[in-house]
Amino acid sequence: MRELYEQLKRLFPLGEYTEQRRDLAFVTVPKDHLRPLLIHLRDREGFTHLVLLTAVDWIEEGRFQLTYLMNDRAGKRDLGLRVLIPRDGAAMEGIHDLWPTAATYQRELREMFGIDFPGSPRVNGEFILEGWTGMPPYRRDFDTKKFSEENFNHRPGRATKDPAKHMKDKLYPDEA
Amino acid sequence: MKDELKKRLVKGPDGVEFEVDPLRDYYCDARPQVEPPAISKIVEDFFNWARAESLWILGFATGCGAIEMRPLMTPRFDAYRFGVQWRPTPRQSNLFIISGYLSTKTLKRVIRSYEQMQSPKYVMGLGSCTINGGMYWDSYNTIKRLDDYLPVDVYVAGCMPRPEALLAGFEELKRIIREGKGEGANKYAAEFDRYKANQKKVIHDWDMPDYNW
Repeated sequence: MRELYEQLKRLFPLGEYTEQRRDLAFVTVPKDHLRPLLIHLRDREGFTHLVLLTAVDWIEEGRFQLTYLMNDRAGKRDLGLRVLIPRDGAAMEGIHDLWPTAATYQRELREMFGIDFPGSPRVNGEFILEGWTGMPPYRRDFDTKKFSEENFNHRPGRATKDPAKHMKDKLYPDEA
Repeated sequence: MKDELKKRLVKGPDGVEFEVDPLRDYYCDARPQVEPPAISKIVEDFFNWARAESLWILGFATGCGAIEMRPLMTPRFDAYRFGVQWRPTPRQSNLFIISGYLSTKTLKRVIRSYEQMQSPKYVMGLGSCTINGGMYWDSYNTIKRLDDYLPVDVYVAGCMPRPEALLAGFEELKRIIREGKGEGANKYAAEFDRYKANQKKVIHDWDMPDYNW
């Protein structure tokens, strides 16, 4: 994978390289160079399969990381492309014309993270959530516990016990 | 409101145009009624015995607990020997098993299915998720207490309960029905407004009539 990285580096301004396994590596790519790099990987290097497109919320840095994981089936290797985009007004160019399946991932990211992909099919429609109006729930500043307490009634009487201590007290009350 | 539920003009195969209002034409908007018991107690007891001995389950897998139903149906646990069987549609069944966590999106389908079932009907909450939220107690899209939204007759605790626990739950439900306490459908009709208010509180895009009969 290191050889591939060195090759690609001559063509594209690539960032940080992380090798997870012999057949899995991640590369940081500037936003504008993602599309040519994807096309190059798909047509020249054999990475024909888009495994997934997902996001990470780096809230401390004010950025979203989009991860495009590509698979080279013949070479039995995976390459992940990391793209960092600003968190405010997050938007990214869609790749649904390269892989039609990407449109589904983009709809998910739009709904769950609020990342816009202008021009992607049905990207503003409802994907999984129905009638959701608040903040996208996968953003890290969304407080799911608070939301759940406000919206769903709580049944009193739920207590947490340390299982080891509880069983000991219950089974051997004299020794406790 | 979804497009398919909006009022629209439809052209029939014979070329005649007519108006369709799905919410009015395809659903009944009458409220559910409380069913009075039979006139004499012995007849009502006989009815309850018969109801208890034919629990027909709506095969609607709402959560992970649905996986426990397969061993229950098949020869190892064989729930059919207790008069329990699975039916494909709400209209044929009288026991609704909520098998685990219930997201607000599934809750909408559950309410529609429950309201299509014929009275008397019973609800069994399976697993800790239906009791107090279980491991999804802080989730943004799963409800925590099933009895806010539907009248629950019996809960089976566990995460997930084994098929044996479900069989014990069936026996418990039969006892409840034989004692004449399986009044879930009547409770739903009597406290209809409270249940609807709770349901509408969590289902934000309410695009169906109040009663989906």
